[in-house]
Amino acid sequence: MNTLAQSLATAFDLIVGGDPELLRTVALSFEVSGTACFIAAWLGLVAGAWLAGARFRGKRFVLLGLDTSLALPSVVAGLAVYLLLSRSGPLGSWGLLFTPTAMVIVQTLLALPIITALARQVVADALRDGGDQLRSMGARPLLRGLLMLLHERWAVVTLLLIAFGRAIAEVGAVMIVGGNISGFTRVMTTAIALETSKGDLPLALALGFVLLAVVALLNVVTTFVPRGHELQTAQLQ
Amino acid sequence: MTVPEPEALLALRDASVSFGPVQALRDATLSVYAGDRIAIVGANGSGKTTLLRLLHGVVAHSGSRMVRHAASVQTMVFQRPFLLRLSVWNNLRIALWLAHRHMPKARRRERALQALCRVGMVALRDRPARSLSGGEQQRLALARGWAIRPDILFLDEPTANLDPSAKKEVESLLAGFAAEGMTLVMSTHNLGQAKRLATRVVYMDGGRIDTDLPTAEFFNSGARGRADLFLKGELSWSLDP
Repeated sequence: MNTLAQSLATAFDLIVGGDPELLRTVALSFEVSGTACFIAAWLGLVAGAWLAGARFRGKRFVLLGLDTSLALPSVVAGLAVYLLLSRSGPLGSWGLLFTPTAMVIVQTLLALPIITALARQVVADALRDGGDQLRSMGARPLLRGLLMLLHERWAVVTLLLIAFGRAIAEVGAVMIVGGNISGFTRVMTTAIALETSKGDLPLALALGFVLLAVVALLNVVTTFVPRGHELQTAQLQ
Repeated sequence: MTVPEPEALLALRDASVSFGPVQALRDATLSVYAGDRIAIVGANGSGKTTLLRLLHGVVAHSGSRMVRHAASVQTMVFQRPFLLRLSVWNNLRIALWLAHRHMPKARRRERALQALCRVGMVALRDRPARSLSGGEQQRLALARGWAIRPDILFLDEPTANLDPSAKKEVESLLAGFAAEGMTLVMSTHNLGQAKRLATRVVYMDGGRIDTDLPTAEFFNSGARGRADLFLKGELSWSLDP
């Protein structure tokens, strides 16, 4: 049996056998990315709903900045958070560098522009369709936006899954601010990077499969949830 | 002795609306009194919908728009009602919550149920609103408007996209609302509908209010000039009114 086949077999054993290190790493990944997406969702959905209907001077520049931040390189975000949280940085006294909290902060920063920009677009499209009618019933701009998030909730689920997918698959930023400390800040992506560089392929492959399964599952959900909803509505018509 | 003019619920004085370089409405002066049922008629592009939106206060304008009570409730039923992707019941509850946030929840609930009964849709209360037929969606929009109990209900061509039987249903609901004393202002292309439902007819031409007469007078030789031509169906297409 060649090395790759042996590695695959060992990776399979690790997953089926529930290897403690594998489970700990997977659990921390979900915890960090889930928390980051939860925080980014609250901030981003409200900001997106507000931005869609708000009229103010300089809005065009704000939207330009928002769209630009969609392509924010994750290592740049990691570097910025590192500088903020490092001992000599403005928030150094908080002692957050190389903790899961720092990883949550950086992933929140990466997920926030995605959620805000996509939510703004979803709400703006819906407002073009029914904004005047909600206004006619007495809804103020932010409330109109929030109602449109409810109206377009399947699109919102999709955009949240996209943001979660970006967060959980991120490696550079969490490596910089988390430090990849075993059993403390090691997540799936940083563990894969480390184990591959060490030549320990079975654990890297096992984590890779789990990560791939998570991303595939998210893809399946984003594809079929809205379609299922459309089918349900169509059947009633 | 001079009989004092009743105080208008809503009054426009020399109000104009522009969309960029296009002036959609010019120097509109109009008063809406309690119990009025006004039909706004006119050719396509004459400014009916703009006047309706201006009266409702949802477009920017010059000139004055005065509302008797600042807290007065007004709502509008649109030609193509926008319904949230929720059940019929939740669409009604949200509309009531938006218009009457301080009303006790139980009372809002009761009123929503009354509205569903009023339009004959109790059996459909748990259906997704967007799965309803066009006529049912318009009935739900009317239920929403009725449940809010506005001081003025605006209607923008409420039967324009409906088949004859749905048109009849909607019209009979509107007649019912009118009989209850609700103040209605509607735009319509249907002169028969204007005749049946309205107490006043406002004829729009080229972004101006051309004629404002009691319904009987408008249809019985009171209309002059272009309004008369419009009634006779002899108004020619013209870019320069």
